[in-house]
Amino acid sequence: MPPLPSPLPDAEIQCRQLADLIRPHLHRRPALIGIFSGGAWIAERLKALLGLPENIGLIDVSFYRDDFAAKGLHPQVKPTVIPFDIEGRHLILVDDVLYTGRTTRAALNELFDYGRPASVALAVLADRGGRELPIGPAYCVWEVTLSAGESLELSRLDDGRLAWRLANA
Amino acid sequence: MHNPQLNRTGELIHLLSIDGLPQPVITQILDTAASFMEVSVRDVKKVPLLRGKSVFNLFFENSTRTRTTFEIAAKRLSADVINLDINRSSTAKGETLLDTIDNLCAMHANLFVVRHASSGAPYLIAEHLQRIGRDDVHVINAGDGRHAHPTQGLLDMYTIRHYKKDFARLRVAIVGDILHSRVARSDIQALTALGVPEVRAIGPETLLPKHLDKLGVQVFHDMNEGLRDCDVIIMLRLQNERMAGVLLPSAGEYFRHYGLTPQKLALARPDAIVMHPGPMNRGIEIHSAVADGPQAVILPQVTFGIAVRMAVMSIVAGN
Amino acid sequence: MNIEIRNGRVIDPKNGVDRSISLFIAEGRVAALGEAPTGFAAGSIVDAAGCVVCPGLVDLGARLNSIQAELAAAVAGGVTSVVVPPDAVPPLDEPELADRLIHRAKEIGKARVLPLGALTVGLQGERLAELAGLRKAGCIAFSQAKVPVVDTEALLRAMEYAATFGFSVWLQPQDYWLSRNGIAHEGEVASRLGLAGIPVAAETIAIATILQLVRDTGCRVHLTRLSSAAGVVLVGAARDEGLPVTCDIGVHHLLLTEDDIGFFDPHARFCPPLRAQSDCQALSRAAATGLAAICSDHTPVGADDKLLPFGEAKPGATGLEVLLPLTLKWAAAAGVSLPAALDRITSAPAEVLGLASGQLTVGSVADVCIFDPHATWQLTAEALKSRGKNSPWTGCMMTGKVKATLVAGRVVYEG
Repeated sequence: MPPLPSPLPDAEIQCRQLADLIRPHLHRRPALIGIFSGGAWIAERLKALLGLPENIGLIDVSFYRDDFAAKGLHPQVKPTVIPFDIEGRHLILVDDVLYTGRTTRAALNELFDYGRPASVALAVLADRGGRELPIGPAYCVWEVTLSAGESLELSRLDDGRLAWRLANA
Repeated sequence: MHNPQLNRTGELIHLLSIDGLPQPVITQILDTAASFMEVSVRDVKKVPLLRGKSVFNLFFENSTRTRTTFEIAAKRLSADVINLDINRSSTAKGETLLDTIDNLCAMHANLFVVRHASSGAPYLIAEHLQRIGRDDVHVINAGDGRHAHPTQGLLDMYTIRHYKKDFARLRVAIVGDILHSRVARSDIQALTALGVPEVRAIGPETLLPKHLDKLGVQVFHDMNEGLRDCDVIIMLRLQNERMAGVLLPSAGEYFRHYGLTPQKLALARPDAIVMHPGPMNRGIEIHSAVADGPQAVILPQVTFGIAVRMAVMSIVAGN
Repeated sequence: MNIEIRNGRVIDPKNGVDRSISLFIAEGRVAALGEAPTGFAAGSIVDAAGCVVCPGLVDLGARLNSIQAELAAAVAGGVTSVVVPPDAVPPLDEPELADRLIHRAKEIGKARVLPLGALTVGLQGERLAELAGLRKAGCIAFSQAKVPVVDTEALLRAMEYAATFGFSVWLQPQDYWLSRNGIAHEGEVASRLGLAGIPVAAETIAIATILQLVRDTGCRVHLTRLSSAAGVVLVGAARDEGLPVTCDIGVHHLLLTEDDIGFFDPHARFCPPLRAQSDCQALSRAAATGLAAICSDHTPVGADDKLLPFGEAKPGATGLEVLLPLTLKWAAAAGVSLPAALDRITSAPAEVLGLASGQLTVGSVADVCIFDPHATWQLTAEALKSRGKNSPWTGCMMTGKVKATLVAGRVVYEG
């Protein structure tokens, strides 16, 4: 995988690129579900860019994480809101960065407690490799390698634009 | 004095009392409970947080209601629940409290939900667990004597926040037998910790503890005065033992002076909410018209109670 | 054996002695202070350098559950005379029980035992015990321990009967009705923690009743274990009035208050309860002015009876081995001189008892305590000889360590 470019890519442009990848598959009437917080922002963008009429779902995976015993409950849990019926729907799960795959697994477990979807596809802006589970994105705009101790974070600036930040893990 | 409810980094490891809980911890519990509310409306009303963990309901004092809500909450967290009803009038008969705890720890208990008739019993258990080095076992106080019922206090705060949003402007009245009430003590602690500016206690002198003013509470013996302009009214249950004795002459006289009727309710603000920890004594502390009326939020309290208990269990079990 | 105790600071509060001199003991009695008596040949010389040499402590209340261990604990604490309340099992209401207790204590040969006889049979407060017979068997006074007499008429008659013989009656002032459901002082802490309260009125109402009965019967009364400021005021007024009333305060009540209950610590459960700061201050003044003597109220309680929820735990703490260090701690905080402090646990209790102990007057029995007022030791279960390890001070450092204790001129403890 290529290393981190400098300066960091424009996340808003990447959202448009992600929407372009998804557009050919809209005939299946997919429902968007964003994982808090980065995935939720991206899903909002995608809804607007793709012109989808339906409200997006927002999912917090805190109750399904596999590191509860080690780390305890996250201090800020937000409520999961799925404003449509999962049963039989094609879903697009949206996140900012795909890494080990554990967050995606937790989100899948949570979604399946709501009902049985027809399919679930994963859409991410960035794939940084380092997978620990057999999970892969259907839609991905950027593949990148990070050094140990680095992490990519999506943030929302004061003017509402999404931007990448590099942080030390 | 180190508060045994918090670990060295200030995280909640037991819930024993609202007394001594920092306001951010209380708020964290309420916020987490909000997330658990929606678990209860899904088809699969479960999250896997406490999967494989054993929750022991240790009830030394009978209470099917409270025990059931804790059981539901634990099961919604995917925990295994074991119920132990231990009726004892004296520890001279049979095992001591701490021996019981040791035995259950040997059976790999992770969480004790304890209700006991003696104020302070859960502290004894928490201190014992610390002494024997079992920092993987957590205690939740489901009511100890007259001292505290912290999950009830928290769900009462959740209820108030749900309907009134901002604690900073409220007048809250607690009516009834506060002297013997662990719910009242926990409510008072929580309301003052969350910055409620006016907390009022209404009742006859025989049913109010001395020194309430030191807890930040204004005392009223006249219910008409006490209810004026209140936003929240918390009615307490009057237990049978208190009526017709040296504390009160009769249920009738109590109802006339301290029962919540529609007329008295009208003295509070028009959008005031009426709460009650349950079970209600209709016609003794509360008129049926009020209990069944639009201002009563007594049933929602029960629903909120499950989410709050799920939140408390998740937070302590993870620390 | 003739003993010379040299290099120590001899403090004899009764005689106002506070000097660095030698103490000479012969035939079990104090032979001289300062200069050896003519012809005195010391069989043993005790070096008390850095130590205080004072009369053996006289403790007005200590329970001897397992008598051997507790009498050993007494002398380890510098206590040479122990007043035993009658509330053992069975209660001491028969002369034979007093005989046996005194005999057993003599066999053990450590501290002296001064038993209180039960005022009523079984301490039930209904029938008089055989006071004269108990006196003959060695009981020094009569008491109800911590069991209030509910029937005021019964109390009146008991005091009349005791007055007939000039016997002294020891009562803990506690109204039965106002205290029967309570477990802590009815104050801020009990209100906050939801503990059933015992109001100060439980003590003052009982004191007022007892004082009125003293006026009517002329019976001598010793009020045990005062706990409140209001109680102290009533006793002070009674003394001013000239009533034959004395009182004592448990040493823990001079140092601890309701706040020490903390998170429901059962080691802070006492009978009478620890009260408010203002009560503690008044008790301290009463001890400072000499209105009250100080005692340990030694109550050994096993872990099974103590490690329980507050309201179920047996009240009381171990006291014999901490009476001295806690009295010194109180004195330092209250600005009371060392001789005055020692008076409260030696000559003042002896005066209450009307005995010649608690003094180093030439000719008196040589009950002596030698202690280092600066030595520190940690209060742990292992450090205590008593079977009662129950203390709110567990793990704390104590200042004041007994180096040697003598009873009738014989060394019964060496530290």
